[in-house]
Amino acid sequence: MVPFNVLIFAALSYVAILFSVAFLAERRAAAGHSDWLQSPLIYTLSLSIYCTAWTFYGAVGYAARSGLEFVTIYLGPTLVMVGWWWILRRLVRIGRSQRLTSIADLISSRFGKSTLLGVVVTVISVVAATPYIALQLQSVTLSFAVFAQSGAESWDRSDFNATAMWVAVGLAVFTILFGTRNLDVNERHHGIVMAIAVEAVVKLLALLAVGVFVVWGVAGGPAEMLNRIDNSDITLWDQDHGRWISLIFLSAAAFLCLPRMFQVLVVENADERHLRVASWAFPLYLFLMSLFVVPIAVVGLDLLPAGSNPDLFVLTVPLAQGQDGLAVLSFLGGFSSATSMVIVAAIALATMVSNHIVVPVWLNLQSNRQAMMSGDVRHVILLARRLSIAGVLALGFIYYRMSGGGTALAAIGLVSFTGTVQVLPALVGGIFWRGATRVGAACGLVTGLIIWTWTLFLPSFGAGAVISQSIMDFGPWGIEWLRPQALFGITGLDPLVHGILWSMLLNSGMLILGSLLSFPAPLERLQGAQFVNVFERSVAAPAWTRAAAAAEDLLVMSQRILGGREAQAIFEREAERQGLTGYLPETTPEFIERLERELAGSVGAATAHAMIGQLTGGSVVSVEDLIAVADEAAQILEYSNRLEAKSAEQERTARALRDANAKLTALSVQKDAFLSQISHELRTPMTSIRSFSEILRDGDMSAAEQGRYAGIIHDEAIRLTRLLDDLLDLSVLENGQVVLNEQTGDLSALLDRAIGAAGLHDSDLKIVRNRNEEAVMLSADLDRLVQVFINLISNARKYCDATAPELTIEVSRTPNDYYVDFVDNGSGIAPENEQLIFEKFSRVSDQSKAGGAGLGLAICREIMHRLGGDVDYVRRAKGAAFRVTLPKAKMGAVLAET
Amino acid sequence: MGKRVLLIEDEPNIIEAISFILSRDGWTVHTHEDGETAMDKIAKMPPDMIILDVMLPGRSGFDILRDLRNHTASKDIPVMMLTARGQEKDRELALRLGANHFMTKPFSNSDVRDHVRSLMEA
Amino acid sequence: MSGPPKTPIFLERASYKQRRLTDAARLLPIMGAVLWAIPLLWGDDDGAGVSNAHALIYVFGVWVVLIGLSALIINRLQDDDTAAQSDSAD
Repeated sequence: MVPFNVLIFAALSYVAILFSVAFLAERRAAAGHSDWLQSPLIYTLSLSIYCTAWTFYGAVGYAARSGLEFVTIYLGPTLVMVGWWWILRRLVRIGRSQRLTSIADLISSRFGKSTLLGVVVTVISVVAATPYIALQLQSVTLSFAVFAQSGAESWDRSDFNATAMWVAVGLAVFTILFGTRNLDVNERHHGIVMAIAVEAVVKLLALLAVGVFVVWGVAGGPAEMLNRIDNSDITLWDQDHGRWISLIFLSAAAFLCLPRMFQVLVVENADERHLRVASWAFPLYLFLMSLFVVPIAVVGLDLLPAGSNPDLFVLTVPLAQGQDGLAVLSFLGGFSSATSMVIVAAIALATMVSNHIVVPVWLNLQSNRQAMMSGDVRHVILLARRLSIAGVLALGFIYYRMSGGGTALAAIGLVSFTGTVQVLPALVGGIFWRGATRVGAACGLVTGLIIWTWTLFLPSFGAGAVISQSIMDFGPWGIEWLRPQALFGITGLDPLVHGILWSMLLNSGMLILGSLLSFPAPLERLQGAQFVNVFERSVAAPAWTRAAAAAEDLLVMSQRILGGREAQAIFEREAERQGLTGYLPETTPEFIERLERELAGSVGAATAHAMIGQLTGGSVVSVEDLIAVADEAAQILEYSNRLEAKSAEQERTARALRDANAKLTALSVQKDAFLSQISHELRTPMTSIRSFSEILRDGDMSAAEQGRYAGIIHDEAIRLTRLLDDLLDLSVLENGQVVLNEQTGDLSALLDRAIGAAGLHDSDLKIVRNRNEEAVMLSADLDRLVQVFINLISNARKYCDATAPELTIEVSRTPNDYYVDFVDNGSGIAPENEQLIFEKFSRVSDQSKAGGAGLGLAICREIMHRLGGDVDYVRRAKGAAFRVTLPKAKMGAVLAET
Repeated sequence: MGKRVLLIEDEPNIIEAISFILSRDGWTVHTHEDGETAMDKIAKMPPDMIILDVMLPGRSGFDILRDLRNHTASKDIPVMMLTARGQEKDRELALRLGANHFMTKPFSNSDVRDHVRSLMEA
Repeated sequence: MSGPPKTPIFLERASYKQRRLTDAARLLPIMGAVLWAIPLLWGDDDGAGVSNAHALIYVFGVWVVLIGLSALIINRLQDDDTAAQSDSAD
């Protein structure tokens, strides 16, 4: 006999060990040594929370009552794990890339980050999980009672209640301590996962130990055992075909949809490759867990008095055989099963409740108030999670109290599974079918929930408890085809199969129908594409196409959720990534999207999206994004277009660079040429000056020679001065520093001045004018204009090669301009040189005659441009001419035409 | 009568200056102002030495120099190049093409005189 | 069709093997489901039903085979990146 106190002590010591394991694991992870904590083995063991106390104890009872049917609960998950390639691989990838926090987050995120769907899934999950948690409390309580009663103590109802309550409180404390330490779920709960792994080993060892004892210790070996099984009262294979298949399906589906399974499979997954190992290792675990179930049941039925509860054979067989140690181990195994399941379920449910119900409500209430503090949202979430954990356990306890803890509770395990599984159509549709919409998902979920409540959940309380017997028999208001266990008049089905069949059929049907009839919102389509094509396109189209939010606002908001230090770290990292100094990055769409994912890891996709949406000004999916998700071809096309555009852009940039380089080279060549020209133009007169001044200095020459050489020096000095004047003039004009001195005058008078100054006195150039045409009043910098005229006239004097040189000055007018044409009777300028003559230092003809540096026309053109007009060399009907264009508007010349 | 120097240069004042300097030193100075016809002039009346400006109307002094060095008749005539551009690469080019001396304007008269003397003696 | 970039018709031996391994990984759960559904066909001709030991060994035997095959396939299957490629190429 195990004294009850010893049992209590064992249980408490075990809990203390779990505490230290969890604590050490957290410490190790915090110190950065998480490699060992994140091994495939730990991952596989953490999945064992699927095996709860219900299966630990209940499987034997199940086998005793219904033969091999118990194994269906393990076969479904085995098929899912073995078939990881189909769904789990996809689910884990999506969960990691979208930073999903729960199954409600998955559904909400997939269907356009919908808050409503998150709430629906959360409600389904909480409702379905509550009986299951109650079941765990019951199992633990019963196992305590077994020991207490074997010690001749008699337990009454209050003892059971007190035990259940203390277990619930203890679990709540443990879960809150290790489950709400980190807010970001993606940071994972190392402590809890480690504790669960230990518990997984304990419960497996316990069950194997009992099994080994039964087979070798009691039956006397495997062959004997098989013999006993064959001769047992249990009929192992007497299956209702519908139940066998339905239950395999149900357990497979529940394995995917249970919030706690999603938590360990997806959220706590540290490395996608762990899934590969778990895909065979976890089926092996399940295999071992169920291997000795039938032997224990058979031996239990043989050994124990008729009427013993087969659900407790795992405990009572060793006890009856006097194996107290084994019994305690077995007790700890069952205790492990119950606690690990409850802890993870409470975390998963609390995450869902806080992210999808509490935080949205709180934010709504807060939206009027402006006072925001760093980390305030974080505090709310943590508080919400802690309260939710306590709440979930309280619900389980209340359910346990209300149901009376009897056998009715045991039956509800499968009913609870069926409720959970209502999420399956939305889940599978969401990750495989891009056409699934929010409306469809909501229709399916709600339909499934209603059918399940009506056909399974309410009747599970027992006939007459919620639904009266008459409704069960004749339907509500006498409508027979609404009878809870014979919907649409189909009778004769097992009630569970009936419920699974109809809820799944109608749920899926409504999902498909609703999706076909509704049109998804842009964000839904975007998310749909990201989920369904998670392997094809790891790089998603950004959901935020414009970044209207200021970095400061985003930082303030992030601090509210993540706390000051973490938020600033994220922003600084991003700023560094963008190559910026300081801590505020550019709010690019990519950054906003990354930030949203970070926040989603804490508060769920819907809330994160809504909060960022508030700052950036609502939903920002644009038409372009829609086109991008329109279909696969368009996407790939767009992608390749983008690549092409990018390379075209690079090509353009490269070309621009090449052009710029060529321009620079040309400029530098020009500059060299210009300097070398100036050098030449300056050195040439200086050569004469220097040479003749040396000759004069040396003396020894005639007076006539002396005078002549002094004259040369004088002329060359003047030439030099003129050149410098021209250079300065040009430089001033080109730099736009010229000050224009506006005057008003008569064109005719200006031409007179120019002719007078052009130095024609010693020239035979004849000027031909028509003074009638010249009666034009001009308003401009007239001195500059005269300078241009002088230049053109003296050019004609220098370059006109006719024997009787003649310059005709013609004035003509168009609606906009006056033209002053200077036409000489020389051979003119060769066509190939026409473009050159206005360039600096361009001298087409023999330079010795020019007496200038070739800057004259360049200066003329600069002046005319400053005055708003132009000077060109034009080929006219009456011969080529230098034409000065005087725009009427610019010159204010409309003043008065005399 | 002294040896013949051919001055190919287009600036009249510079022609006058060099002619004056070299005549005083005993040379006979012939002048030519055009680049294009310079080779004809040289062929007609081969000088004992040539002073060649780089920037000439019609043809550059470098081209004339290259031609001079390619003709057996003229390849040994000493050539002194003159330029007002004063760039180092011009000097290199001139010497590579076979000029015997390279002079930048403005020059000192004594330099011209001394270099013509030394080239003639060589 | 302007779909994903065309994959060559004939693959090298190694990648061909990888493809078939992913096929096997995909077929495994279907095989398991079929094998576990077979007991539903066991007849009751002799009226005595199926012997307990027989049923037990069959169900657990299938289990062992599935676990073994799964471990074998995963052992041979390369990492996800290459696998993902062949996934989309089919």
